[in-house]
Amino acid sequence: MSAETIETSEPAASEQTADAPAATTGPTTERLPMARAINAGLRRAMATDDRVMLMGEDIGRLGGVFRVTDGLQAEFGTQRVVDSPLAESGILGTAIGLAMAGYRPVVEIQFDGFVFPAFDQITTQLAKLHYRSAGRLQVPVVIRIPYGGNIGAIEHHSESPEALFAHTAGLRIVTPATAADAFTMIQQSIASPDPVIFLEPKARYWDKGEVDLSGSGVDLGPDGWRSLHVARTVRTGSDLTIAAYGPTVATALAAAQVAEGEGHDVEVVDLRSVSPIDVDTLAESVGRTGRLVVVHEAPMFFGPGAEIAARVTERCFHQLEAPVLRVGGFHTPYPASAIEKEYLPSLDRILDAVDRSLAY
Amino acid sequence: MSSTETPVAPTGTTELSWPDPCEVAGTVRLVAPDGSRLSAQALELSGHATYAAAAARTTPEQLRAMYRDMVMTRAFDREATSLQRQGELGLWPECRGQEAAQIGSAHALRPRDHVFPSYREHGVAHVRGLPLHELLHLFRGTEHGGWDPVAHGFHLYTLVIGSHTLHATGYGMGIQRDGDVGTGTDRDRAVVAYFGDGATAQGDVNEALVFAATTNAPVVFFCQNNHWAISAPTTVQTTVPLVERASGFGIPGIRVDGNDAVAVKAVTEAALDRARAGGGPTFIEAVTYRMGAHTTSDDPTRYRERAEEEAWSRRDPIERLAALLRAEGHADADFFAAVEADCAELTAGVRTYCRSLTPPPSASIFENVYASEHPLVAEESAWFAQYEASFDGAAPAGGHA
Repeated sequence: MSAETIETSEPAASEQTADAPAATTGPTTERLPMARAINAGLRRAMATDDRVMLMGEDIGRLGGVFRVTDGLQAEFGTQRVVDSPLAESGILGTAIGLAMAGYRPVVEIQFDGFVFPAFDQITTQLAKLHYRSAGRLQVPVVIRIPYGGNIGAIEHHSESPEALFAHTAGLRIVTPATAADAFTMIQQSIASPDPVIFLEPKARYWDKGEVDLSGSGVDLGPDGWRSLHVARTVRTGSDLTIAAYGPTVATALAAAQVAEGEGHDVEVVDLRSVSPIDVDTLAESVGRTGRLVVVHEAPMFFGPGAEIAARVTERCFHQLEAPVLRVGGFHTPYPASAIEKEYLPSLDRILDAVDRSLAY
Repeated sequence: MSSTETPVAPTGTTELSWPDPCEVAGTVRLVAPDGSRLSAQALELSGHATYAAAAARTTPEQLRAMYRDMVMTRAFDREATSLQRQGELGLWPECRGQEAAQIGSAHALRPRDHVFPSYREHGVAHVRGLPLHELLHLFRGTEHGGWDPVAHGFHLYTLVIGSHTLHATGYGMGIQRDGDVGTGTDRDRAVVAYFGDGATAQGDVNEALVFAATTNAPVVFFCQNNHWAISAPTTVQTTVPLVERASGFGIPGIRVDGNDAVAVKAVTEAALDRARAGGGPTFIEAVTYRMGAHTTSDDPTRYRERAEEEAWSRRDPIERLAALLRAEGHADADFFAAVEADCAELTAGVRTYCRSLTPPPSASIFENVYASEHPLVAEESAWFAQYEASFDGAAPAGGHA
């Protein structure tokens, strides 16, 4: 029941609100699914900078298992869109070497659950090289990972590993919730001088949104990547704040809409960045609403919600009317897909947390 | 082809107990342990005459330079070990015994080539022009790195075994994309990844070989088989000679006497020439021996026999090259004395430098975590600064409870 609500929640309300800031629709604005928006962003980055290259499993002729890199090898050639051997650590390790040689590799990990063979290269090498070299080496590698559940996949294809990476200094971790953000944020991630883990909410790949494809629509000057980590208030409200990111933003917006019908004015903040976290925007919001519910698919235990709860509590202790509540995955492995809807933070579970917070 | 002038084995041991693994067919050896060049007949039999011909072009000056580098590396290594024993360094990984493998291969490099070392390649660092004392920052605990990897084409030491072989391969893929391969000009360059016998068991090394083979990357995989991965003999890592691994990856493999600097240089030169020309990767197994402990925290008496160390001490790479220089009249007493004087100067400087290294400012904890500003690091850094400042002027006695 709740799951159907999620799927039907994708349209109007969420998108209009979520895409509002990019509403200067010119002749180059197109309505694209998120996967196509990322593809357009990659194409733009590659056309702008010869050093940008893509590497991953099946990303060339096939265009990736989700077709995110569709057509790019035909356009840019096999030296810039590389079908790599089937070895994730190898992909990351060679990307580090390419970055040392001056390239800007954007690598694709085929699914969230397959990133772990590369965990060592990401956490002990990629994240630390700038620090270890006292700033002499920059390794601006972007790691694209389709993540999250809700697509009926078999095991190891529905994970949300962001907390495991957020615990590691040296990495930046972002995740778009809309097609427009996906187009902009992938380009900003590639422009970042630091390594970026770009988490793509695979359940939202087919959600369409207006994307401004004009050059002026994206701030990509020398510091254009900075707004990558700024959270966006996608719906204003005065009674309670919901913080969400990636796949859960649309669900949070749907929940806010239902709550409105019940007389509750709920604000929704799309964090956009898991590391760093834009605590300023959250604290400002919670300072007004006095209540916070954090929503993510990742397990709650040691999850981003725990960090957010601690930081917002430190900043807003006297404004809080209720404890910060979390809606997220349980302390279990990701379950079989037949029962994943019960595991995922559904609209009903979000509303349950909203009610508990308001009743506190 | 036993070395006829081998000293008598110590009581209770025989040379036969520890046969020379470099006396196996297929292993390139150009200079015997006694310092004599192998005969034309022997080279004909081994099929290594082309390496010998290349080695014959190594000038006396180059031979003397290699000898000097090997002796200075050993002197530095001994000094660093002493500094650790005196509490000046936290740890030191000795390279004693591996000087020919390191200096011989490094002498095959050109300035624009890049080296990705493990953590024992002090001799390679020296040849690359890295002032050896700069290696001490890492081991004194004042920095994680301590040198400019780009300035000398010598990357930071990598303690996670084998991880850097992938970086070397990726760097080689970058060189390909730069068009710096196969032009037949000075523009051509290549990469050498140094690693040990233990590292060959790592997934990353195997993935590096796969990536290098399938992309034809200009990488020389230089494996120093020093027989011991801390306490594990090579038989724990492999059931076949390591060089045989290469063919499965589609990479040419060559096994060389790692204590024969002349042979190592010839073999590495050929591999580097091939890589720069666009011929792709080569795997070199340089058979040598770690005469010292794994690091100063290690105790080899717990896992290997003294007799083995003694057998290898009779194959010492420095003595071998010294014997060659003497036999061919390339060095006299003045030369050897001058090298010793250089060593004394080097070690005195290293000792002084090491003791002058002080801890960096505590605020540097927060520097270079990111290449660009980061709100969390900035916040924690600011908090730490005010916390530190809160003690200014306060009486430290009694703490701050």
